[in-house]
Amino acid sequence: MTAIGPTSDTVLYVNGVTKVFDGFRALNNLSLVLRPGEMRAIIGPNGAGKTTMMDVITGKTRPDTGQVVFDADTDLTKLDEPAIAQLGIGRKFQKPTVFEHHTVWDNLLLSLAGDRAPGFALFARQTKAERERIEGILRTVRLMEHRNRRGGDLSHGQKQWLEIGMLLAQEPKLLLVDEPVAGMTDHETAQTAELLREINRTRSVVVVEHDMDFVRALGVRVTCLHEGSVLSEGTIDHVSADPKVVEVYLGR
Amino acid sequence: MSRLAATLTIACVLGSALLLIVLNQATPPGSAAHVSTYAVSLAGKYLSYAMLALAVDLVWGFAGILSLGHAAFFALGGYAMGMYLMRQIGTRGVYANPDLPDFMVFLNWHELPWYWWGFNWFPVAVLAALLVPGILALVFGWLAFRSRVTGVYLSIITQALTYALLLAFFRNDMGFGGNNGLTDFKDMLGGISLQSDATRCGLLLATAILLSAAFLLTRAMVLSRYGKVLVAVRDAESRTRFLGYRPERYKLVAWVVSAMIASIGGALYVPQVGIINPGEFAPANSIEAVIWVAIGGRGTLSGAILGAVLVNFGKTLFTGALPELWLFALGGLFIAVTLFLPNGIIGLLPRRKDAAVDEPEQPPVLTTSEAAAREVTS
Amino acid sequence: MRAVASKAERAVTKRVLARFVAPLLAIAAGGRGRSRSRARAACAVLGLWFVFAQPARAQPTGAELLGSSNFADIQRGVEAVAGSGDPHALPILAAMQEGRLYARGDRSLAAKSSDGSYTDPLTGAAIANPGAVKPVRLNNNVRRALDAALGALRLFSPDPGTRQIAAEAIFKGRDPAALPALNRAIGEEKEPGVNRTMEQARASALLLKNDASDTDKLAAIATLRDRGDIDARAMLATLATGQPPAVTAAVAEAVNAIDLHLRLWSWLQNAYYGLSLGSVLLLAAAGLAITFGVMGVINMAHGELLMIGAYATYLVQNAIRAHAPLLSGASLLIAVPVAFVVAGAVGIAIERLMIRYLYGRPLETLLATFGLSLVLQQGVRSIFGPTNLSVTTPDWMSGAIGLGGLSLTANRLCIILFAIAVFAALQAALRYTSLGLRMRAVTQNRRMASAMGIRTPWIDAMTFGLGSGVAGMAGVALSQIDNVSPNLGQGYIIDSFMVVVFGGVGNLWGTAVGALTLGVLNKFLEPVAGAVLGKIVVLIAIILFIQRRPRGLFPTKGRFVEA
Repeated sequence: MTAIGPTSDTVLYVNGVTKVFDGFRALNNLSLVLRPGEMRAIIGPNGAGKTTMMDVITGKTRPDTGQVVFDADTDLTKLDEPAIAQLGIGRKFQKPTVFEHHTVWDNLLLSLAGDRAPGFALFARQTKAERERIEGILRTVRLMEHRNRRGGDLSHGQKQWLEIGMLLAQEPKLLLVDEPVAGMTDHETAQTAELLREINRTRSVVVVEHDMDFVRALGVRVTCLHEGSVLSEGTIDHVSADPKVVEVYLGR
Repeated sequence: MSRLAATLTIACVLGSALLLIVLNQATPPGSAAHVSTYAVSLAGKYLSYAMLALAVDLVWGFAGILSLGHAAFFALGGYAMGMYLMRQIGTRGVYANPDLPDFMVFLNWHELPWYWWGFNWFPVAVLAALLVPGILALVFGWLAFRSRVTGVYLSIITQALTYALLLAFFRNDMGFGGNNGLTDFKDMLGGISLQSDATRCGLLLATAILLSAAFLLTRAMVLSRYGKVLVAVRDAESRTRFLGYRPERYKLVAWVVSAMIASIGGALYVPQVGIINPGEFAPANSIEAVIWVAIGGRGTLSGAILGAVLVNFGKTLFTGALPELWLFALGGLFIAVTLFLPNGIIGLLPRRKDAAVDEPEQPPVLTTSEAAAREVTS
Repeated sequence: MRAVASKAERAVTKRVLARFVAPLLAIAAGGRGRSRSRARAACAVLGLWFVFAQPARAQPTGAELLGSSNFADIQRGVEAVAGSGDPHALPILAAMQEGRLYARGDRSLAAKSSDGSYTDPLTGAAIANPGAVKPVRLNNNVRRALDAALGALRLFSPDPGTRQIAAEAIFKGRDPAALPALNRAIGEEKEPGVNRTMEQARASALLLKNDASDTDKLAAIATLRDRGDIDARAMLATLATGQPPAVTAAVAEAVNAIDLHLRLWSWLQNAYYGLSLGSVLLLAAAGLAITFGVMGVINMAHGELLMIGAYATYLVQNAIRAHAPLLSGASLLIAVPVAFVVAGAVGIAIERLMIRYLYGRPLETLLATFGLSLVLQQGVRSIFGPTNLSVTTPDWMSGAIGLGGLSLTANRLCIILFAIAVFAALQAALRYTSLGLRMRAVTQNRRMASAMGIRTPWIDAMTFGLGSGVAGMAGVALSQIDNVSPNLGQGYIIDSFMVVVFGGVGNLWGTAVGALTLGVLNKFLEPVAGAVLGKIVVLIAIILFIQRRPRGLFPTKGRFVEA
C-alpha cells in the first residue's frame, strides 16, 4: 500500500502511527485508509495492536507520532473522546458495556444524537421524534420486546445488540466494533453479521474479529495486523492464503 | 422512586415537624403530651443533618462520588450563619465592642477583617452560605473531575480537603474564633431571640420546609434525563464518554448543587445548636454522614433522610444512656450495613427492581408489533 | 611528694604575683574606673602578702572586708579574696554566692551547711559555738563581682569540665577584667577544646577593651568568626560602630561569614527534622503501602493497627518491669516482634472476617473498615481508659548528639534507623521470600496465580497480615514520639494515605520517596509559614498534585492500567 495524503474520499486516514508503552511497541508505523461506506475487517493475533488502534482513533490514547484524520479534514489526535464521539465515530467495546441500571429504552434514549450538555439534559423532555427513532432502532436490533428490561438483565448476546443499537442511536459516520460475536451462539453470530451488513448500507464500519468464519460471512476487505503494523491486506481469500499470515496467525 | 414514596417522605418531614411544634406550643409544660423546646431543637438538628445526608446521597448514590469531606460544606454554611449571628450580638458581648466580636477583642484586633464585612445583613450571610461552598466545590470539582480523579483517590482527596480546612479553622489568625469557634449567639433577623420557644419552633419549621424543597429539587434532578446520564456515568463512565458526553460536567453540576444543599443544612444547624466550631470539619463527621446514607439506602433520596434521622436519634438515645457503647454501636452499624444490608433500610421495603431511577420519563407507547408479540406470548 | 608541693607553691606565688602586678601596670598606664578599683584591691593584696606567707591562722587577704556592712568594701573584699590566690578562695566565694556565708563578731567567716551547723570555710572544721553571726551582704554590684571572680577562679580548676564552663561563662559575660586571668589560664591549658573556648572568651572580652590594638581586635574577630555561632554573631554585631575602618570591615565580613555558616547549619538541621518526620510518615505508611498499595484494600482501621502496636509496646514494657527488670533496656526491641505478631494477627482476623467479603468494592471496604476503626478505638478505650499511657524511653534513646552545628536527638535518630530497617526488611520479604513471590503473583494476576496452584485466599490473608504487622511495628516507634492513647491512629491515617497516593500506589519505593519528600517539605515550610499553615499548604499541594498526576509520583505503568 502506498502512502497517500488525506483526500476527500477517505472517511478514516491513519498514517504512520506509532505508540510505545514502556518500551512495548503497541503500534509501529501503522497506516490504514478507509473509504466512505466501506466495511473493513481487522484480524491479527493477540497483542497485534487492534485495540490500541481503536483507542488511538477514538481519542483514548494519544499516538506518539503519526496522523489520524477523520472525514478528510479533522485531525483526531488533537481531540478527546467526547469530541470524537460527537464528530460521528461510535465505538463498541470488546466486553459489552451498557448502562446496567437503565432500561433498554433509556439506554437508547441517552445514546440518541443530540445536545450533550448537562443544562439541556436537566430540562429535556422526550419528543415524539425521539420516540420514533428509538422504536426504529429497537426493531433493527431486535430488542423491541425487551425495551422495559434493565440493561443488566439482558443476556450476553442481547447486550451486544443493545450496544450496537446505542451506537446506531448516535448516528455515527464511522463505527468501530471490537469482537462483536465473542461468546455468541452460531445463530446469534449469523444475525450479527446480517445486522452489520445492514448498518454498513449507510455507514462505514471497522470490525475487529478473531472468528474467521464470521469475517468470511461479512465478505469484506480484510487487514491483518501483526506487531503493530499491517502484515497483509486484501480479500479474505488473499489474506488467508498469505504465507506470512498463515505463519503468525492462522497456523498451518 | 415512586410519586407515592416522595409524597410520603414530604408528608413525614413536614407532618412530624408540625406535630412537634403544635405539641410544644399548644400544650402546657408538664402535660403528658408536651414536647420540650429541647426536643424541638433536637428534631431541627436531625433535619439539618438530613440535608447533609441528602447532599451526600446526590453525589454518592447517583454520581458514584464517595465524598469523605462533605461535612466541610456543611460547616462552611454553618460558619456563614455563625458570622451573621456573631455580628448580631453587637454590644452585648463580654467586651461590649460594637464592631468586633469578643474573640477578636481578646486577640487584640482593632479592625473587622474584610471577609467579615457585610455579615451583619442576613441576605449577605445567606448568599455567602450558598456561594462560598459553591465556589469551593466548583474549583475543587473542576480540578478533580477534569483530571479524571475517581473512586478511592477522589475520596481520599476530599478527606484531605476537609482536614486542611479543619486545621485552618483551628488557627486563631484565620479570624473565625479558632478552637472555640463562634457561639454565645443572642438573636437574629432584627431581634428575634434564639432562646425563645417560638423561634426554636420557627427554625424547625424552616428546616423542614427547606429540607422538603431540597428533596424535591434533587428528586427532579435525578428523575430528569440529566439524572439518567448521571447514573450512566456512575455505572460506566467511559461508555458515556464514547457516547459524546463529558462526565466531568455532569458530575460538577451535581457536586456543586450538593455542596450548596449541605451548606444550607449547616446554616440551619447553627442557630438551633447555638455553636459552630472547627470540630465540624473533622473527617470522621463526613464519614458518619456517608453511613447515614448507607444505612438509609444509598441511591434513594428518602433513604438518606431516613438514615440521618434514625442514626442521630439512636445517637441521642445511646449517648444519654450508654455513652461507652455508642461507638461500638455506630462502628458495628457501619460494618453490618456494608456487609449485610447493601441497599439500606429502604432496600428492605418491598419495591420495584430499579434502585436508582424508577420512573421512566414517559412510559413507551405500546407499538403494534409489541402488542402483537404480547398477544402471542400471553 | 616534696617536689610536687614545692611546685604547687611556686605556681601559687606566680599566680599571686601576676594577679597584683597586672592591675598595677594598669594604674601606671592611667587606667580608669574599674581597673583602678582592682588596683586598690591589688594594693591590699600587696599589703597582706607577708601575712599570707605565714602559715598561721590567716584568712585570705580581704576576707575581713566581707564582714563589712559597706557594699563597696564587700565588693573590694570579693575582688581581694579572688586575687589572693588562696586555695580557699573558691569555696568561700562559692558559699557566698549561695548565700551560706556568714561573718562572725571577730570578722572571721563561717559557712552554714544545709543542716544549719556552721563550719570554718578555711579549715572545714565545725564551729561549735559561732556566736552572733550575720550573713555576708549582697547587692547587684557585689553579685557581679562575685560572678566574675568565681569565673576567673574556676578557670584554674583541676576539672577540665569546670574550666570549660568557666571559659564559656566569661565568653558570655565579656568582662575585660578577666583578661589577665584568661591569659594565664590559656598559657597553662593543655586541653585543646578548653583552650579554644578560652581563646574565644579572650577574644570576646578583648573586643570590649577600648585600648586593645587593632591587630588584637582583628585577631579576636577572626577567632569569633571561627566560632561561628549565634552568640559570636551577636558580639560582633555590637561592634558595628565607632571602630577603625579596618576593624569595621572585618566585623562586617565576619558577620556575613557567620550568617552563611548559621544558615547552612539551620538548613541541615531542618533537613534532619524533615528526614525524621519523613521516616515517621514512612513507618506509618509502609503497612498501608502493602494493604492499599499492593492489595488495593482501603483500610481505614490502619491507624488503629498503629495504635495496637503502641499498646503492645506498653504491655511488653509492663510485663518486663514486673517479671524481668533486667531486660528493661531492651524492652522496645522485644516489643517490635510482639507488636508485629499482635497487629498481624488482628489484620488476618480483619481480612478473614470482613474484608474478603468486600473485594472489588473499595468504597464499601472503606466504610466497613472505618466502622471497625471506631470499634477498635472504643474497645481500647474501654480496656485501658481514655488517658495517655506512659511508655518509657530507654536510656540509649534519650539525649542528643551534637554534630557541628547540628543537634541530633537520639530518639529521632533511632526512628530514622528503624524506618530504614523496616523498609529494607519489607522489600526483602517481598522480593526474596516465597511468600513475597506468591504475593506479587496474586496481585498481578489472580486467576493465573490460582491456576498455578497458589491458594489465593491464604495469600490475601497473609499479605494483609504482613501490612498490618508492619503497622504494628510502626506503632512501637510511634509510642516513643506520640501519646499512647486510643486516638493515636487517627492522627496518622490521612497522612498515611496521602503518602501512599502521592508516592504512587503499588510502589514501595514511591512510598519511601513520598514520605521523605512530604516530611522534608513540611519541615522547610514550618519556619516560613508556621506548623499548621505549613501542613495546610502541603495538603493543598498534594490535592493539586493528585489532580495533575492521579497515579502519583511513580505510577505503575503499562498499557493495561485503566485510568
